[in-house]
Amino acid sequence: MYTVADLKKGLKIILDGDPYLVVAFDFVKPGKGQALYRTKMRNMINGSLLDRTYRSGESFEPASLEERQMEYLYKEGNHYTFMDQQTYEQVVMEEETLGDAKNYLLENLKVEVMVFGEKAIGISLPNFVNLRVTATEQWAKGDTSGNDSKPATVETGYVLRVPPFIEEGELIVIDTRNGEYSTRVKG
Amino acid sequence: MKADALWLRARVIKAVRDFFWERGFLEVETPLLIPANAPEEHINPVSTLPSWQLQTSPEICMKRLLCSGHRKLFQISRCWRSDERGSRHLSEFTMLEWYRSGCDYQTLMIDCEELLQYVATACLSENRCFVHNATKINPFSPWRHISVQDAFTQFGQASVWDCLRKGLCEEILTSLVEPALAGFDTPVFLMDYPTELAALARTKPENRDLAERFELYVGGLELANGFSELNDPVEQRRRFEDTNTARKASGQTALPLPEPFLNTLAHMPESAGIALGIDRLVMLTAGIDCIDDVVAFTPENL
Repeated sequence: MYTVADLKKGLKIILDGDPYLVVAFDFVKPGKGQALYRTKMRNMINGSLLDRTYRSGESFEPASLEERQMEYLYKEGNHYTFMDQQTYEQVVMEEETLGDAKNYLLENLKVEVMVFGEKAIGISLPNFVNLRVTATEQWAKGDTSGNDSKPATVETGYVLRVPPFIEEGELIVIDTRNGEYSTRVKG
Repeated sequence: MKADALWLRARVIKAVRDFFWERGFLEVETPLLIPANAPEEHINPVSTLPSWQLQTSPEICMKRLLCSGHRKLFQISRCWRSDERGSRHLSEFTMLEWYRSGCDYQTLMIDCEELLQYVATACLSENRCFVHNATKINPFSPWRHISVQDAFTQFGQASVWDCLRKGLCEEILTSLVEPALAGFDTPVFLMDYPTELAALARTKPENRDLAERFELYVGGLELANGFSELNDPVEQRRRFEDTNTARKASGQTALPLPEPFLNTLAHMPESAGIALGIDRLVMLTAGIDCIDDVVAFTPENL
């Protein structure tokens, strides 16, 4: 168990059953009064922010979170299934939990899955993923309209802006941190 | 910490020292390691040797010097309070305390005004304003005096007496009153605390529920705590014992009583004393909002 004296930025604790990350912390003590420990915490499942003030004597359960390397297997409805390569254990995550990460999930992609207790609460992707363009309009040579990008759909169904010279069937590199086109894979 | 903050810190301390020397105060040094502090419900001393503690404040020894006839005293010394660490707190910090016999807390409030004006003149070049959280506070404009009762009503929409019963005083003070005080462009005295919140202060002659205690706020930052000293040894012992009862009730250990102090208290003339955080005064002078940036080292980087 943690006590209020252990509170600091970066601490992970369990509140009302959910894991929270302490993102801001201060110690306040008015006059000769009792000390108050002011915290701002982020829910590690849904990302919501919470302000809480504690007094000395309170205690907290540490949230043990584990990052496990897994492989993305398949999607069924809005459920995404991942498998631990060592234990063959499978976890299922909903589309809502994955957020934008779903745009880059191609079968067999290796990702880090954050597990809290039995529950998968999020994934970390590689910074760059390679995805094949499945649909984009032909760039008309001599186009002088001045457009320096055009929409393209990749094999996961994600649509992004790419440079005009990218053609259907090409493999491109996407930055998963901002969802933007990075470069094309030659050859 | 930046080199210029270290210079400014030295200049502030020199100005404070000059101020009291010019006014005929005796600068004293009293032991830092003592057998007993004045017990406080929410202040925990740091113990080093068995049955000895580092001082949480030099008040016990300073008051004993008043009992032996000294009339105007000041001291700049290190104090220790266990587990106090935040953007405005260090477990080891520097405290200025001064004491006067033959007067009450009103005189100390005048001292505060003159001291801050002196420091501003000596250490601040351009507009002579202190700065906290980007707010300028001018010590040369008329200072504000607000009673604790009025502050709770006006800024907290609550009665201080009701908050006392419900144990809500700290929350109302830190979340509503202090932020409101941060809006003033001059220093503010919050004064006349409920007696329960002033363990060593004399009560007001006309109202025993209120004590002659004040806190000085500059830009919402609590800078100093002063009061007319209680010099009734029987009442003082009773309050210390109440403090220990409250400590035990909240699962803390009782603290030893400073017996020699209690034994000489009957000889203390009418007096008033005040403690002012030097680190915070440097913060205000430098316009720095975090205490870490006005000390040479924090405990974390030792």
